[in-house]
Amino acid sequence: MTARSFVSSALRHTALLLIAAFALLPFAVMVSTSIKPADEIFSETLRWWPQKLAVIENYTEAFSAAPLMLYLMNGVVVTAAIFFLQVLVTLPAAYALAKLHFFGRRLAFGFVLFCLLIPYQAIAVPLFILLYYVGLLDSYSALVLPFTISVFGIFLMRQFFMGVPDDLVDAARMDGMSELSIVWRVMLPAAIPALTAFGVFSIVTHWNDYFWPLVAVSSDKYFTPPLGVMAFRNAEAGNDFGPLMAAATIIVAPLLCLFLLAQRRFIEGIAFTGIK
Amino acid sequence: MSLSASQNRAGLALIAPASILAIIFLIAPLSSILVLAFTDYQLGDRSLRFIGFENFQALIDDPVFWKSLSNTLIYSAVVVPGSMLLGLVSALLIDAGTSLRSFYRTAFFMPVMASLLAMAIVWEFMLHPSFGIVNTTAKALGFASHNWLKDGDIALYVLAVIGIWQSFGFNMVLFMAGLSAIPRDLYDAAELDGTPHAWERFRLITWPLLAPVAVFVAITSAIRSFQVFDTVHALTQGGPNKATEVLLYTIYAEGFEFFRSSHAAAITIVFILLVVSVSLLRFVSLKKNGEGA
Repeated sequence: MTARSFVSSALRHTALLLIAAFALLPFAVMVSTSIKPADEIFSETLRWWPQKLAVIENYTEAFSAAPLMLYLMNGVVVTAAIFFLQVLVTLPAAYALAKLHFFGRRLAFGFVLFCLLIPYQAIAVPLFILLYYVGLLDSYSALVLPFTISVFGIFLMRQFFMGVPDDLVDAARMDGMSELSIVWRVMLPAAIPALTAFGVFSIVTHWNDYFWPLVAVSSDKYFTPPLGVMAFRNAEAGNDFGPLMAAATIIVAPLLCLFLLAQRRFIEGIAFTGIK
Repeated sequence: MSLSASQNRAGLALIAPASILAIIFLIAPLSSILVLAFTDYQLGDRSLRFIGFENFQALIDDPVFWKSLSNTLIYSAVVVPGSMLLGLVSALLIDAGTSLRSFYRTAFFMPVMASLLAMAIVWEFMLHPSFGIVNTTAKALGFASHNWLKDGDIALYVLAVIGIWQSFGFNMVLFMAGLSAIPRDLYDAAELDGTPHAWERFRLITWPLLAPVAVFVAITSAIRSFQVFDTVHALTQGGPNKATEVLLYTIYAEGFEFFRSSHAAAITIVFILLVVSVSLLRFVSLKKNGEGA
């Protein structure tokens, strides 16, 4: 029995380690290449740890060849602005849809369900034309504004609010709170788990989004991290694989570090938003 | 009575910001896609003319559009089963034991978190014809090396492998959530009944109870794979010779490189129909199962 369970455990780990190798290989190659000097990168013998470390050279080259810090800052500013505005717009709407009886509520909720089906890339062409005519293309506004309305966020928070007891809301009304202050002072604190999940979803989506920034901005001072890596690759530095992989590492690192620090929260957040 | 009147006012006031933004950024663009597809508008034009179904007729006559549509479907036909199977196997294997669970879960989920664009560039480097790790390993093991992204016969499948790599961890998490909802005592009962084989237990208990989750995962994966864009734009630009041209890439090229907005709108309508029809399958399956996945 113990021999059998030992064998099955060994098989389990063998299979899982193989899958893990597949999942992690690109990360290992990226980091390993980012610390290698050029002659070792172009050599045919595979070596994970270089004979001569080129960490400083590659990473300094990456930072000097492109304004990576600026791209990272843009990423932070844009994702933070999007999430902040989404919360500001989403919570009141979700609360109204879950707890208030008003004219057109069913229609509004039906509309939310309908829009959930449409990926944003499908409306990119008219959004682009709209921003072109109002002169907002190539600006932070172009990166942020279209995402201030999140039907997914409204849906998610509305489902969560449905489960908040009515007594809590009624008690707040008895205390003379306005509906708007109920949203921020009663519902918001109760919704922290759902809001965290939505935050993880929103930040991961917009930090990694490539399609819309590619369409919306063209000056490199507005580049978000993915556009930054792409610009780096397309520039002359693109064949300098050491600095290029260093740049990729720098762009991927912030979100991955955050993920590794709070992996439970991230995975649960994504699972929660994925399952809806 | 006055309570409901005041609730009505409060409700309308609270959804007002969301409604205004939805009109500007969702309803107006969505309806203009429908209008644009029937016009000859190009970005910058001062006027437009309705031309009926001409854009759609042009699509039907355009081999690139058909190539793009079929490539999208082929890509999905590889990525959906591939990432589901790998996700399911990962979830079952992790669930089958107690050691290193969170290590594996974290490792498999890392590709989901990392910027696909940055990782696509890493993959491009790994697939480099002369000194990429894929070819050097293949050579060392005595296999033929390939120019993976420049060979029209395999490029789309190479992108599909990257797609599977990126998304199987996401499916794994959904499957694990489904597995944790299966009551343990069902397995104990099966053991007592003399069903000792893991495969039998899987066939009789796990799979039937996991089926609703599997349907959900299939539909979500399909919708995500219809949206493949980053790897195509970064690695192949739809080439070689349109071998990796996919719908979203065609929309991008038409709408934002050639500024043929009305053309792009017509392809967009096909894209929307594809996504919406698959999404609707989900509502059908939810109704049939009586409960949400």
